[in-house]
Amino acid sequence: MNTSLRIPRDMLAEFERLQQQLDRVFPRSHSADSIRATAHGEFPAINIGSTADTIEVVAFAPGIDAKSVQLSIDKGLLTVAGERKSGIPEGDDRISVYAQERFAGPFRRVVSLPEDVDPGRVNASYRDGFLRVSVGKRESSKPRRIEVQ
Amino acid sequence: MNAHTQVASRETERNPEPPAALVPPVDIYEDETGFTLIADLPGVSKERLGVKVNGDNLLIEGDVSVPAPQGLELLYAEILASSYRRSFTLSRELDASKIEANLKDGVLRLRIPKAEEARPRKIEIKVG
Repeated sequence: MNTSLRIPRDMLAEFERLQQQLDRVFPRSHSADSIRATAHGEFPAINIGSTADTIEVVAFAPGIDAKSVQLSIDKGLLTVAGERKSGIPEGDDRISVYAQERFAGPFRRVVSLPEDVDPGRVNASYRDGFLRVSVGKRESSKPRRIEVQ
Repeated sequence: MNAHTQVASRETERNPEPPAALVPPVDIYEDETGFTLIADLPGVSKERLGVKVNGDNLLIEGDVSVPAPQGLELLYAEILASSYRRSFTLSRELDASKIEANLKDGVLRLRIPKAEEARPRKIEIKVG
């Protein structure tokens, strides 16, 4: 009944995008965040999840060449680095550019993996513009059932 | 409060609204023969992408599908929305019936050509 009074969802999303762009120009301070937390809207966006056996990292990195991505795990830190070229042809003065919001240039993100992982058991794949990295947990950090004597 | 309102309010609790759709970042440029629009839609496959033209309105929408292994518990997330949506108003000289769309590695590339008669012509200046 009062639907018309609500702010349209698209408008909220539009504000969110504006906020992201502002954050890029004027980074907000992150007082209580992880020391490696970066400004919102960093490329690529990352989600991290956990299953009983693995830590799953998904990096939303559309339009990159999977072969050129540098991926490494060292001391519980996962690093994703690479470069994305601009979609706008360079040096062509016959074109007019109206929007240039997509990330272009070199990128590098470091995330600290939440648990003790086994760098020897890593699977990485790239599909539909997201990079999925699955890292095996060490035996010692897997959940165990403890028998009560 | 009667029984009916209680049922209604419980319904709303059970179906929380999905997070708002993300607005994908775009690059847009124009050359002599038309417009190119490039949009980042990571996690969207061809089957889950919709590009619709209605009059002078161009709508791009897509659902994110990132298959998750069983028992996955999300620890940290920068992307929570499960869909993208953004619309644009096309200008009159564009030929919406000839839009070409190409989706590769989560990047949508749209080519929107100008109608033949709207393409620039060199105008001869006669010196009399």
